Amino acid sequence: MITEALVLSAILFVIGTFGVLVRRNAIVMFLCIELQLNAVNLSFVAFSRLYGIEGQIFVFFVMTVAAAEAAVGLAIIISIFRHYETVNVDSFNLLKW
Amino acid sequence: MATILFYLFAGLAIGGAIGVVMSKSPIGSLLFMITALGALAGTFVLLEAHFLAAIQIIVYAGAIMVLFMFVIMLLNLGHDYQKDLKGGAFAVLSFGVIGGIAGLMAQQLGSTGLQDGPGGAAIDAAMAEHGAVGAIATELYTTYVVPFEITGILLLVAIVGALVLAKREV
Repeated sequence: MITEALVLSAILFVIGTFGVLVRRNAIVMFLCIELQLNAVNLSFVAFSRLYGIEGQIFVFFVMTVAAAEAAVGLAIIISIFRHYETVNVDSFNLLKW
Repeated sequence: MATILFYLFAGLAIGGAIGVVMSKSPIGSLLFMITALGALAGTFVLLEAHFLAAIQIIVYAGAIMVLFMFVIMLLNLGHDYQKDLKGGAFAVLSFGVIGGIAGLMAQQLGSTGLQDGPGGAAIDAAMAEHGAVGAIATELYTTYVVPFEITGILLLVAIVGALVLAKREV
């Protein structure tokens, strides 16, 4: 069960990374980052079967930080949308060299 | 039984994850994401992390995804069904590189064949003594009480930051 969970976690993390790389919609990219966080959570829980309850406590903290990150990130997306009227990241090129 | 359930949830999670990446509309992505999160909660239950499974459903699939839903509907993104996948050579290249990394990881993990270690027995004993919530709570409120309090400060800062960022005029 632990090995299968770790493989599932790897697959989900890879799909999330792929999504961040290929999608241009800022909100969908953000969702894919959440997917990566969840993949890591799964491997923490799987390893807690090996090394003790600390893994589950760390998942608890990761979820808290993810909630804070979602709130701040979505606020940033809203404030970017006010300036550019779009959330397509290809149109945000102010910091591009 | 547990193995069959695990593969069912794993399939649901992977299908949901692929749906998140492939869906054209952001709302579709979001609903697929909720599917994947629910399936992950199922795997948490199978790994004996009952409290985290409940938190996953309530906080993640409930609160955070509703926040995303609010923003998508607020920005009225549901109507522009335009394809925003970066296509062609870039997608193939990313898929090749990431697929290679995934293959390597799967190969490494597949050859280990991990079994339940001492941690699993300790968790089961703690859950039998204190219950599913108590097993986490005893550790969280004794050993990890300082990080727990710092998390409260982090959430406060995040609330203030989100308000300041999203306000029209500060």
